Order: sequence, then structure tokens, then C-alpha cells
Amino acid sequence: MSAPARPPEGGAPSLGEDVAQRQEGTPVSAPARPPEGPPRAANHLNEPAWVRALLLAASLGFLALFLLLPLAAVFVEALKKGWELYAEALVEPDALAAIRLTLLIAAISVPLNLLLGVAAAWAITKFQFRGKQVLVTLIDLPFSVSPVVAGLIYVLLFGTHGWLGPFLQANDLKIVYAVPGVVLATLFVTFPFVARELIPLMQAQGSEEEQAALTLGASGWQMFRRVTLPNIKWGLLYGVILCNARAMGEFGAVSVVSGHVRGLTNTIPLHVEILYNEYAYQASFAVASVLALLALVTLILKSVVEWRSAKLVDGQAASEFPGTVPLHLKAAG
Amino acid sequence: MSSITTLGTLNPPRPRPRRAHRFGVLPGFGLSMGFTVFYLSLIVLIPLSTLLFKSATLSWDAFWAAVTAPRVLASYRLTFGAALLAALVNLVAGLAVAWTLVRYDFPGKKVVDALVDLPFALPTAVAGIALTALYASNGWMGSWLEPLGIKVAYTPVGVVVALIFIGLPFVVRTVQPVLEDAERELEEAAASLGASRLQTFVRVLLPTIMPALLTGFALAFARAVGEYGSVVFIAGNMPMVSEITPLLIITKLEQYDYAGAAAIALVMLLLAFVLLLVINLLQWWQARRGLGRGL
Repeated sequence: MSAPARPPEGGAPSLGEDVAQRQEGTPVSAPARPPEGPPRAANHLNEPAWVRALLLAASLGFLALFLLLPLAAVFVEALKKGWELYAEALVEPDALAAIRLTLLIAAISVPLNLLLGVAAAWAITKFQFRGKQVLVTLIDLPFSVSPVVAGLIYVLLFGTHGWLGPFLQANDLKIVYAVPGVVLATLFVTFPFVARELIPLMQAQGSEEEQAALTLGASGWQMFRRVTLPNIKWGLLYGVILCNARAMGEFGAVSVVSGHVRGLTNTIPLHVEILYNEYAYQASFAVASVLALLALVTLILKSVVEWRSAKLVDGQAASEFPGTVPLHLKAAG
Repeated sequence: MSSITTLGTLNPPRPRPRRAHRFGVLPGFGLSMGFTVFYLSLIVLIPLSTLLFKSATLSWDAFWAAVTAPRVLASYRLTFGAALLAALVNLVAGLAVAWTLVRYDFPGKKVVDALVDLPFALPTAVAGIALTALYASNGWMGSWLEPLGIKVAYTPVGVVVALIFIGLPFVVRTVQPVLEDAERELEEAAASLGASRLQTFVRVLLPTIMPALLTGFALAFARAVGEYGSVVFIAGNMPMVSEITPLLIITKLEQYDYAGAAAIALVMLLLAFVLLLVINLLQWWQARRGLGRGL
């Protein structure tokens, strides 16, 4: 419609105008955008002072009541009877066994899920195939399943009365109510963490760089190690941090399959539960405080990774997919 | 755009071998896809299918009886009721927190922002015993609430408190980015047209953040329905009163009623599917909205 009107009547002046406008436009429009950080808008765009004060007090009060208070309670209860008893609860053999088992489980399940995350994200973001959306939904599925159900399915599969129960018994193998069952349940609940973090990231990055590397003669492994890996390292780290926190802290699923054998199949969270149910409150909170410290370390690492990667991509990946819920929203326990 | 379409017409699908077209030039499709499907089947799909097969060992009547027994129905009421209440509280509180974090400036803001994720990072068992210690009659909160006649620990109220804790980050983290992206020009326009601050919020901002708000609500609700660790300590676990559905599954399992446990778990799994569908629809709505704004 507008096309015939413009070109015949002097393309040159309009071009000149364009350039002038652009040169002028940049400095003019720049200050119109508020600087980064909390926008300081004119008065009519702000709530009345009393509303702001009220909102601020209400939100911070709510967070203090529901987040800070329980966190503080863990440490206060743990140290109620002094440092000596605190340390005693931690070096007691059953506690040490629980810590060892938890570390072992994280050491098995995090690398496996890391491998899956990279493989799944690679297949999903770099190739076109039918049923991709179904695959993404299935990878997400463990987040929506109750941890108790996650434990139950392994009991149904490997328990004495389960599908493979007779076979396992005949061969003197034990999966449920033993360490392998705990590992399997942990694998299930931490399954999506790395994948869900990498899929939106790799989708946003596309595959031009990998294609360029191949054109330049890189082998598949070289391309992955020198192009893909550096690109996704922050997302990968983020996923691993969350996966690890969940693997070490999982309670519901593990509680169903572990059988609660002290010193053998008890993870740290299960040890906390046992002590608590035996009314050994102080010891229970002492062991729990180790997990609370782990949570705090997780939060700090997570924030550091977030700031680092925000500096790198400037929030590009996030804004390109307004519909995807970031992974940490789906982290469940 | 136009060059791509011309290229497409010049390049009919025939001459290109189908493999190359589908798999592109990058290597590793077979390996990564094969591993993903294998691992997914082994860890998730095959184990989950046991729920169906185990439930199928029951006749329809027995299945129905198992999932609608009075004690089971009472657990649904508590689980869904408490999850709904907690998600509603989180809807309001989460919006307020997201608003404060995006729009206001205060010392220690980064720390508060990081702390919002605490419920994701803190193992649920730890949250459970901490909340119980706080709200028990001799706890910091309990000793203060009890004289007022409010009992929290070992009652359904305790379940709601635990679920509020667990669900808090969902609403904050879904609403926060949308609020950050919201264009202030729209508020400017509303204000210049004479809208009060409240009118601007209700008629301009609220519609913008509504999909995110509902997504956060649905995520918090879905999470709360399946929650176990933080709830069992504070709930008191009295049958018919303060027994949540996941606990009932464990009880059935301990009584060697595998089929009964599988039947209830299947009901919860189906519900999880429905919620997943709702959440996907909400996200689709939000994505469409984001697209509309962009154009």
C-alpha cells in the first residue's frame, strides 16, 4: 500500500532524513529508558508512601516468618545443649554412615543425570523429530509425581511381591530396602534437573556454532568439548547444583525404598527422621543442620552462577522463551 | 523470509536423502536419542507402568472401593483442601514478595531474593522438623499462638503451614520475571488517562501478570498435593483428620496392601497429569501473550 508512494518521490532525501533521525534518535531515546536496577519512576507511577511501606513490611515479615524462622530454629535447636553434644551427634557411627551413603548416592546419581541431561538436550534442541513435545513432557514427569509414588513404583517392581521379586530372590539380589533401591529412587526424583536447565538454553543458542566447527574440520567430540560445552557450562553447573541438593536431601521417595536399616540404608534425611522419632531432638537437629548448611551453600552457589551467567547472556535466553518456566521453579522435594 | 521460501521451492524434498534432512549435519542424534529413550524407559516409564498393572490386578469394584474408602476420601479432602488453601496464601503473598523485589529498593535485597529459593534447597525433612519445633506448644510460635486458642502443630492447620513453606517460591519465581518485563509505558499511559494507582494495577498490570500468577498457583498446588516430607512431622497423622494421601499410600504399603497402594497412587498420578496439562496450557497462554506484546 505505502510502497508505491515512497520510492518514486525522492529516495535520497528520505534516506538522508532517516540517517539524521537515527543519529539524533539514539541519544534522545537513551535517557528515556530508566537505568538498570529498580526503576525510579515519577510519582504518579508509585504507590502512596504508606502503601509501599505496608507492602514492604508485609512481604519481608512473611518471608521472615515462613523462611527465616524455620531456618533459625534448626540451628538454635541443634546447639541448644552446646557444641560438644552437637559434634557428638555428627561423629556418631550411624550419622557418619548416613553421611557416607548420602555422598555415595549423590556421586552416582548426579553424574548419571548430568549425562542424561546433556544427551536429552542435545537430541531435543539440535534435531527435528516427531513426538519431541511428548519427550519433553515425559522428561518433566518426575517433577509432577509425588515422591512417595516414586518410591512405591520401585517397590512394586523389585519388592518381594513385585514383578522381578521372585527372580531377584532366586539370585540372592536385593534392590529395594537396600542401597540400589535408594539410588534408583534418587535417580527418579532428580531425573529432569539438568535436562530442564539445558533445553531452553541450547534452544536459544541454536546450532550455528557447532556447524561452523564441523565445517572447519572438528570431529564430533572436539566440537562438543570446545564449542558446545563452553556455551552451556553455566546452565550445566546450575542444573548440577540443584540436582545435587535434591539428591542429598530427598526424603519421601527414599524413605519408601530404604527400609530404614541404621548404618546401612539410612541417608542423612532418614537419619534425621529416626532420631526425631526417638525423641533425640537435639541430635536430630544437629544432623539436620548439616543439611541446612548444604541448602545455604546451594543457595549461594546458585546465586553466584545466576549473576555470572546473567552477566554473560544478559538475560537473553530467558526473555526468548517467555513461556518456559525456569527449572528451579520445578524443583521439588 | 522470502529467500528461505524461494530456496524451499527451488529445492524440492525429493533429491535430498531423508536421513540428512531429518538429522541435519550435526552428529550424535542416534547416540543421544538412544541413551535418552533407554534411560527414560528404565528409570521412569517402566517403573511407572507398574502402577497400572498392579492396579489392574484389582477388579473394578475393588479398585473403586480402594480409592473411595472413607479414610481415603478424608485424606483427599485434607490433601487437596490444604494444598488449595496454601496455594491461595502463596498467590497473594508471592505476588506481594515479587512486587517488592521488582519494584522497591531496600538494603539486603539480593540476600532476600536468594533466600526465596530456600524451600527448594532445604530438604523437606529438615523443613518438617523445624516447622514442628516452631509450632509445637513449647515452640517459639506455638507458645505464643496456643494461649490465643490457635493450635497449629499436629492439626490440619499445620499441614497448611508446611505447604505454604513448600509452595512459596513458585508464585514469586513465575511472577517476578513477567513483572520485570512489564512495560512501564502502559502504566504511564493509564496514569495520564486519569487512572488511580489501584485502577492501573487492577486493569493494566494484573491482566499482564495473570497467566504467570496462575501458573505459579498451579505449580504450588501441584507440588503441595504430592508433598510428604515436610508434612508428616507437623501433621500428627491422625486417620480421618490429619492424614495426607501420600502417607496413606505408605501405610497401605506397610500393611502389604500393594494393590491398594498402587490404586491410590494411580489416582494421584492421573491428577498429576491433569495438573501438568493445565500448567502447560497456562504457559502456552503466557507465551502467546508474550508474543502478542512483542508484535
